[in-house]
Amino acid sequence: MNLHELLDELFPDGHEVGCDDEVLVGSGRVKGREVAVIGTAGHAAIGIEIALNLADAVLQVIESHPGRPILMLVDTQGQRLGRRDELLGINGYLAHLAKCLEMARQRGHRLISLVYAEAVSGGFLSFGMMADEIHTLQEAQVRVMNLPAMARITKIPLERLEELSIDSPAFAPGIDNFFKLGGVESVWSTPLSEHLEAALTRKAGADTRSRLGLDRKGRVLAYPVARRVCTERV
Amino acid sequence: MTTTSCGTAGQSYYEANALKRITSLLDPGSFHEIIRPEEKISSPHLRILGQPCSFNDGIIVGAGRLAGKKVLIAGQEGGFMGGAVGEVHGAKLTGLLQRATEEGPDGVLLLLESGGVRLHEANAGLIAVSEIIRSVLAARVAGVPVIGLIGGVYGCFGGMGIVARCCNALIISEEGRMGLSGPEVIETTMGVEEFDASDRALVWRTVGGKHRYLIGEVQRLVDDDVAAFRAAAIELLNDPRPLSLEELQKEHGMLSDRLKSCSSAYDAIDIWHTMGIAEPETLPLLDTAAFHKAVQHVYRGAA
Repeated sequence: MNLHELLDELFPDGHEVGCDDEVLVGSGRVKGREVAVIGTAGHAAIGIEIALNLADAVLQVIESHPGRPILMLVDTQGQRLGRRDELLGINGYLAHLAKCLEMARQRGHRLISLVYAEAVSGGFLSFGMMADEIHTLQEAQVRVMNLPAMARITKIPLERLEELSIDSPAFAPGIDNFFKLGGVESVWSTPLSEHLEAALTRKAGADTRSRLGLDRKGRVLAYPVARRVCTERV
Repeated sequence: MTTTSCGTAGQSYYEANALKRITSLLDPGSFHEIIRPEEKISSPHLRILGQPCSFNDGIIVGAGRLAGKKVLIAGQEGGFMGGAVGEVHGAKLTGLLQRATEEGPDGVLLLLESGGVRLHEANAGLIAVSEIIRSVLAARVAGVPVIGLIGGVYGCFGGMGIVARCCNALIISEEGRMGLSGPEVIETTMGVEEFDASDRALVWRTVGGKHRYLIGEVQRLVDDDVAAFRAAAIELLNDPRPLSLEELQKEHGMLSDRLKSCSSAYDAIDIWHTMGIAEPETLPLLDTAAFHKAVQHVYRGAA
């Protein structure tokens, strides 16, 4: 599904979304409800410029359209790797983006992410993963690192990693793995506008991903360990 | 208030392990660990891969007092897999921050030392770092100041570099390094001509404490001395800055200005020169006190 088809599918009542230097900004309508759209395209590598442009778009929605829900369209190959980005403090730019999204949440903006192409590491962490709910298309890819690279770095043979990844969702790429771990809430199929509409009617709450990971048996320790640290008497 | 009664003057922060850092930062005898190593709650994923485990999964969390104030504290252990974040490691940190949101202590101290997501459990680690980011910001929204300290051997990189900049304030030493992609990762992926990770002077002036302080990424630059970190932490706890829209707009302006004024910079020395420092190439050689003196006329503070 290309970007135009995706927007038509999500917003049958119309949309105006522009794409400038891999950054998507605009809005669309679902059942008469206006939704802000912010995202990236072209498997964008998130460098300081894109991070700042995304943060700018979030701040503008907060200022100009109080309470308007935000749909985050995710397509990123990860953070941009380079000496200049590090020199200028790219981690601070990504953190700024995450803080702007948290501010939107605090001010009553619903945050929904849809991974429509690719979601990788740092670029995903500071943007799409900040949502109240993270959904993906069936054909989307979510990963940190592919198995050959992991084999090189961990010095564990590739065949062994492939074998173990059949039962463990903890390291191999794939939306099924992120679903089991609680990092992806659901996979959307057509008609997409119905999924979006349903997501918009739900209320935002606390981060439930570790609970989901426990229920789906992919991440069984995160929830009980965090609860214990949170509540144990000292 | 006393900042000199901890009796740790001369204890290097860089060389100490996580437990030593915690116990010498806090008021003597005040630290209580939550989930002790005897319980052997370690990573299930490392076990499956046949990798060595640590009984605290590379992080110590608990509660204590700092100059009499109630604080929660976490220390990442660089000595175990470079402080990398896996499922259990991340859950201990997230749980501590959730506790802060519920209990409302006077502050949270995060002793950050990490290369980021632990690649052996990369998916679980990435989600864990995302949960840490959300719980840091939730604690701040609840009015609890979260202070990050960076001065360990492995620096603070990857997703934890993002976590660091989500804190209210950061304290760093000259030896401390902070960024997103570490020099080695950039060299391996983009080539040695992009970033020569073996050039220590280049690494330090790009991601080291002095540069981070000068461009306004951290609030305090201190000597590599636990007592200096402690004194700075006490000061910052007294000046909590809640997460507000105004604060974010200010930060947005600062980050935009930096991008505009430094967009053609390729080396930290260019940036220091643009800032108006007369002999920028001498900065790496100065000790902390001389450095503060040399830059005070141009330093504009952190966002």
